[in-house]
Amino acid sequence: MSEHEQRTPVQLSTVSADDPRLQPAARRPELVEKVIAVTFLAGIALIAGFGAAYWVNAVPWVLGATFGGGLFLMGVGLIAWGKYLMPRGPFVEERHTLANTDEDRNAFAAAIVERGGGVVKRRKFLGGLLGAGMGIFGVVAAFPLVRSLGPLPKGTLFHTDWAKGTYLVDITGRRVHRDDLAVGSIVTVYPEGLENTDNGQAVDQTVLIRISNENYVTQKGRETWGPLGYIAYSKLCTHLGCPVGLYEQQLQLLVCPCHQSMFDVTNGAIPNFGPAPRPLPQLPLQFDSAGYLQSQADFNQPVGPGFWERS
Amino acid sequence: MSQIINTKRGRREQSGPYGKLGHALNELDDRMGVAKGGRTFLDKIFPDHWSFMLGEIALYSFVVLLATGIFLTLYYVPSQDLTTYTGSYLPLYGQKVTEAFASTVNLSFAVRAGLLMRQMHHWSCDIFIGAIVVHMGRVFFTGAFRKPRETNWVIGTTLLILAIVNGFLGYSLPDDLVSGTGIRIAYSIILSIPVVGSYVAFFLFGGNFPGTSILPRFFILHVLIIPLIILSLVGAHMVLLVRQKHTQFPGKGKTENNVVGTPMYPVFMAKTTGFMFVVAGATALLGAFAQINPIWQFGPYTASRISYAVQPDWYMGFLDGALRIFPAWSFHSFGYTIPLEVTIPAVIFPGILFNLVMAWPTIERKFTKDNEMHNLLDRPSNRPKRTSAGVAVAVLCSMLFIASSTDVIANFFHLSLNTVLWSMRILCIVMPVLAYPVTYKICREMQGFAGAGKRKTANIVTRTAEGEYVATPAPAYVDDLVHEHELEAVPVPTYVVDVDDEVSSGEGGVRRVPR
Repeated sequence: MSEHEQRTPVQLSTVSADDPRLQPAARRPELVEKVIAVTFLAGIALIAGFGAAYWVNAVPWVLGATFGGGLFLMGVGLIAWGKYLMPRGPFVEERHTLANTDEDRNAFAAAIVERGGGVVKRRKFLGGLLGAGMGIFGVVAAFPLVRSLGPLPKGTLFHTDWAKGTYLVDITGRRVHRDDLAVGSIVTVYPEGLENTDNGQAVDQTVLIRISNENYVTQKGRETWGPLGYIAYSKLCTHLGCPVGLYEQQLQLLVCPCHQSMFDVTNGAIPNFGPAPRPLPQLPLQFDSAGYLQSQADFNQPVGPGFWERS
Repeated sequence: MSQIINTKRGRREQSGPYGKLGHALNELDDRMGVAKGGRTFLDKIFPDHWSFMLGEIALYSFVVLLATGIFLTLYYVPSQDLTTYTGSYLPLYGQKVTEAFASTVNLSFAVRAGLLMRQMHHWSCDIFIGAIVVHMGRVFFTGAFRKPRETNWVIGTTLLILAIVNGFLGYSLPDDLVSGTGIRIAYSIILSIPVVGSYVAFFLFGGNFPGTSILPRFFILHVLIIPLIILSLVGAHMVLLVRQKHTQFPGKGKTENNVVGTPMYPVFMAKTTGFMFVVAGATALLGAFAQINPIWQFGPYTASRISYAVQPDWYMGFLDGALRIFPAWSFHSFGYTIPLEVTIPAVIFPGILFNLVMAWPTIERKFTKDNEMHNLLDRPSNRPKRTSAGVAVAVLCSMLFIASSTDVIANFFHLSLNTVLWSMRILCIVMPVLAYPVTYKICREMQGFAGAGKRKTANIVTRTAEGEYVATPAPAYVDDLVHEHELEAVPVPTYVVDVDDEVSSGEGGVRRVPR
């Protein structure tokens, strides 16, 4: 027998033209055709309108209304065409099993296990070397990729730019004098010279509050930190690092607008509501001889959210 | 041999019964052998049920995302360098802003249709992720993830995660006040990972927050790397879908071994192309009439500024809610800190959630010991345990989503924040726990009358003419009764016999389909 004769003839299914499955689903196809035609015409008009609107640089909503409306109508028309005027079916297709015969499966498994696996088993030493080489390559390739992405954290997260004698300045770079703030006022301050830098903004940002006219002690051991009622806390929320930007004057609370943590200004900024677990670090203050505010030292704690190395 | 007849009719006869196109297809088949597979593809059957459309919404939103996204890349500048804004939006005129922010405002106001494209892009992202979630719900509750489709379930879950990540990255790119705060929070979440957190954060951002390389890096991830992975996974999703064929709801003539519905060509193709236009059109209408993310009102990002009552995009809501209501538990010991108040709600919880979702087909197979192939879908009420578990998780996520607006709720209803916070904490625990038994009970009720024994369907008792009573079990599905008048499904015909021509065309009367 020739190869040609071995082929089984393809079974081609045939259906009579008046078969109900080939008829449109619409009861009155001519009417539906007219409706779809009108929909298409309206869609075309809107799309053309979009071209015109774009040409004359119309306001955004006109652009969107013509563009979106046109696409929408063309789409609706096309769906209606498919749904009501094309053969309504239903049609069926067979689902053949995905799995092959046992013979095929065994042949496949044998090829992998016996042909390939056998080769490796016979030369275990070579296989080990190849594996080791690829492993080392992976590590070596990953090293520059990962390592060069950024600096190591080292001590960065523990320190800010505040130090002994750093002047407090507002966003315009103006130093804060002892007479500047009335009791109950608040201002965001930065280390002098860093008020417009990324680090100054993101790490060193501090809220300065004048809470009274006399030295203010927020907690034991901080007797000298609040001269003339000026006290300063890190503005970075200890929850997720949002700026603690809201000052509730009557309750003496600093509120974080992100997740509503609240810190007690009078008591070392200990959190008394919300998800923040740690108090805001406080900045010890002093005046220079001319009466301008300085920091005595860095914050008493690392600023911002928690991290592993923080004790 | 036939001679070449240089007439219209001669040329037509020579090119075969299907004309020039048929000739071209033959040439193509000579070279690539497309005829057989192509025919099978054109005959692929798509089930008619509406719920199969949900995945299409996701697919076409992705098309819209790609199209509008390409437009946006032509104008957006991924740079944190400062520049002075001199565009047409007067309140910002003369302000120092980043190139990223300035270019986003400019593409909104100075580029024709720019604002429309930007708003469409944002809306279609929200629709994309929403459609994925709803599509997953359909697949989950009907058991479409069962063997042989577990792989596609895992691919789909991966797509959801990638879509959420890419949505967040894109949301961050304009460098406005709200998105910058979002990046700050993301940085802090990464920082909270035990042991490696600070290293991961420093490497990802190129240093301590805000770093200088974050926008360029987010940009390339957002426009190239992640879309490429999404595109390949969408491709794999589709290939597997075609290879394994669609599932279908049980009904007349529908078995484990067939698919009943509409053929790919031309019916489904018309409907689905139309649907793509509808999705794109609806997105454009949203972009035209529903303002989204007006960054010029928020202003540029400054690390020390903040706005009140800002929520992330909806798909981040459940994480934000979890962060808000989780108690301030922090672990300090042995000189180390684990910020549990962040690690648990923002790292461990989503980790458990997505792993559970991915592993669900395996988990369910362990419990049911069901290793059979399943091509017919479940009615959710017939699988009460799975349905209840799914509803419980959905309720938990919804509660967390609501918890992401505690401050707005407190303000709107004039409640204290404390009341709202504790209500949400209680609801997040109580509601899922309640949802399980309530759903279970509803499922059992829907299966038939309670106490009807183990039989799941009622009997229909008929009296014969002789007075004999015969009990026959009712069909398992109401649809079987409703659709009894429906036609028997047949294979897609290759040829259609024209009734009038049957006699004249002789043997078999093979004619081309006129429509």
